[in-house]
Amino acid sequence: MNIHEYQTKELFRSYKIPVPDGRMAHSANQALSMAEQLGGDGWVVKAQIHAGGRGKAGGVQLAMTPDEVQQHAENLIGKRLVTKQTGEFGRMVNRVLVEQIHQIETEYYLGLVIDRASQRITLIASAAGGMEIEEVAAETPEQVINEIVDPAVGLQDFQCRKVAAGIGLSGKQIVKAARIMKSLYRCFRDKDALMVEINPLVATKDGQFLALDAKMSFDGNALFRQPEIADQRDFEEEDPKEVEASGHDLNYIALDGSVGCIVNGAGLAMATMDAISLYGGRPANFLDVGGGASPEKISNAFRIVLQDPHVKVVLLNIYAGINRCDWIAEGLVKAMTDLAVSTPVVVRLAGTNLEAGREILKRSGLSYIHADRLSDAAEKSVKAVNGGAV
Amino acid sequence: MSILVDKDSRVIFQGFTGQHATFHAEDAIRIGTQVVGGVTPGKGGQTHIDQPVFDTVKDAVVQTGANVSVVFVPPPFCADAIMEAIEAGIKVIVVITDGVPVQDMVRVKRYLIGHDAIIIGPNTAGVITPEECKVGIMPAHIYPKGRIGVVSRSGTLNYEAVEQMSELGLGISTSISIGGDPVNGCDFLTLLKKFAEDSDTDAVLMIGEIGGSQEVEAAAWARDYLKKPLIGFIAGATAPPGRTMGHAGAIISGEADTAQAKMQRLAELGVSVVQNAAEIGKTVQRSLK
Repeated sequence: MNIHEYQTKELFRSYKIPVPDGRMAHSANQALSMAEQLGGDGWVVKAQIHAGGRGKAGGVQLAMTPDEVQQHAENLIGKRLVTKQTGEFGRMVNRVLVEQIHQIETEYYLGLVIDRASQRITLIASAAGGMEIEEVAAETPEQVINEIVDPAVGLQDFQCRKVAAGIGLSGKQIVKAARIMKSLYRCFRDKDALMVEINPLVATKDGQFLALDAKMSFDGNALFRQPEIADQRDFEEEDPKEVEASGHDLNYIALDGSVGCIVNGAGLAMATMDAISLYGGRPANFLDVGGGASPEKISNAFRIVLQDPHVKVVLLNIYAGINRCDWIAEGLVKAMTDLAVSTPVVVRLAGTNLEAGREILKRSGLSYIHADRLSDAAEKSVKAVNGGAV
Repeated sequence: MSILVDKDSRVIFQGFTGQHATFHAEDAIRIGTQVVGGVTPGKGGQTHIDQPVFDTVKDAVVQTGANVSVVFVPPPFCADAIMEAIEAGIKVIVVITDGVPVQDMVRVKRYLIGHDAIIIGPNTAGVITPEECKVGIMPAHIYPKGRIGVVSRSGTLNYEAVEQMSELGLGISTSISIGGDPVNGCDFLTLLKKFAEDSDTDAVLMIGEIGGSQEVEAAAWARDYLKKPLIGFIAGATAPPGRTMGHAGAIISGEADTAQAKMQRLAELGVSVVQNAAEIGKTVQRSLK
């Protein structure tokens, strides 16, 4: 789960991680008064969306007067911002962050992730701030420092000093930077984060460090014990179908093809999408109904998949282990009846209570395309999209 | 032989009295698994499906000689339950629970150091040695006994592969799902090493997915040390970058995480790579010749 930059910076303040003075605004007028309240002789106006790449897309604007702040806010709020991470339709900007600008001396990168190789929290730092860390790591790996944290004792001061020296800091700066690293680690650990990134962390001309940009994501599985993080979820940043699906405990991700997929298990769901593509089709979505799917859940899955106007055929592929084919079949019948589904539906059932499931489908008298195997199911779905006989 | 579990394994269930644990304990008993009891704190001294219930794992181990545990404990309490099993001396801990916080697993893995135990999962369908021992939630009846070892991330894709093999007359020595979480108890490499030494396994099927590099690391080891055919598949060729595909660990964070890149690396390392999930069975069969 992601939060906005202004929310991350608010969290940083509570951990005494230095951030520029700034305020969030919902309107241009509000942005103007925020700039006046902040004072200073220059401001930056930053569009608040979850996607990265805002700077190059015009989502970050400098202003020399409060009137310019108002003008930039006017231009950003209520418009869709297209960055390289948003897709062609972009994201709606509902708010901006107004901050004082500072005289920057040097830029660094500082972040924490859960490193899959060591299976531990790892501190990442670089003197190459302001660039994408993946690119720095690929092109000049010697510029990226990784420091693995032992979970038994947490991040130690000596590790922070070592990293600080490693990115070229000296004297009092080492102590200051180490304090920021330690606080960032505490924040990451306390809040069940998966990733935090300060890029850039800047040293200003007057010798202070500031987290100029901040990005943070959290473990969805830990939200049960992080209510104040869960409250900051911005549903407008997510595909409405995905939000609705998660409300029904379905895992749905919208894609841009024409074969709607309803599958149990993430691995089989991905393999089904891959098979569709190998037979020349394109999946319209990823959808995992999970284990123990009730008829209602299957019915909801159909409704969500069919909300996508690009779906020309629905492929239901269930290998029931903890699931039951009879429940799946009941859900299918219910969905096709209630929703008066006219889209062709390809059904592949296997596993627990298969015979009972087939019997329910037979008795229902509904018309659907039967498939025995995965290959069969994928091939027939693609043919149905193309309007061919199956 | 087989790996991890067999007819002599003595199995307990943690979170024994819940609905899913009960259902699968009964299914396990049907195929001959030696289920010797369960643990549900506060219900010690009772019996459940004719088995003793204990308050602590330690009690269960002392009184039943249990050496394998299947964990069905809900996410907020799951890490604690795993560490309890480690401390009590359980050797194989299979964690079915889906939704364990990642940082909890980071701490569990630190705790594991110095203990002689292996954790499978979390978020796993579990382990089965057909006709001997089932410690998981898979439909036991689709697993015929045989000589192919299977290790996958996903549960349902494991079933899919097993069905394709069984239609071709190929059975399973032991099958394991390691689960879809980014920080998990046991990786592909650890299990490949065990299959390498198992005289009942003639070939190994490895079913991975996008994200991380566990499959590639396992294949790199196998190239030099595994004297049996290794067949590999990576799910997620059509997954968009940056999105978590159901499994928390299934996310493309960089070029090396993609299915295409991973399959290419596996092929370079000598793995028989399956491009289409519908061809898994046939590819395994071909590799045996």
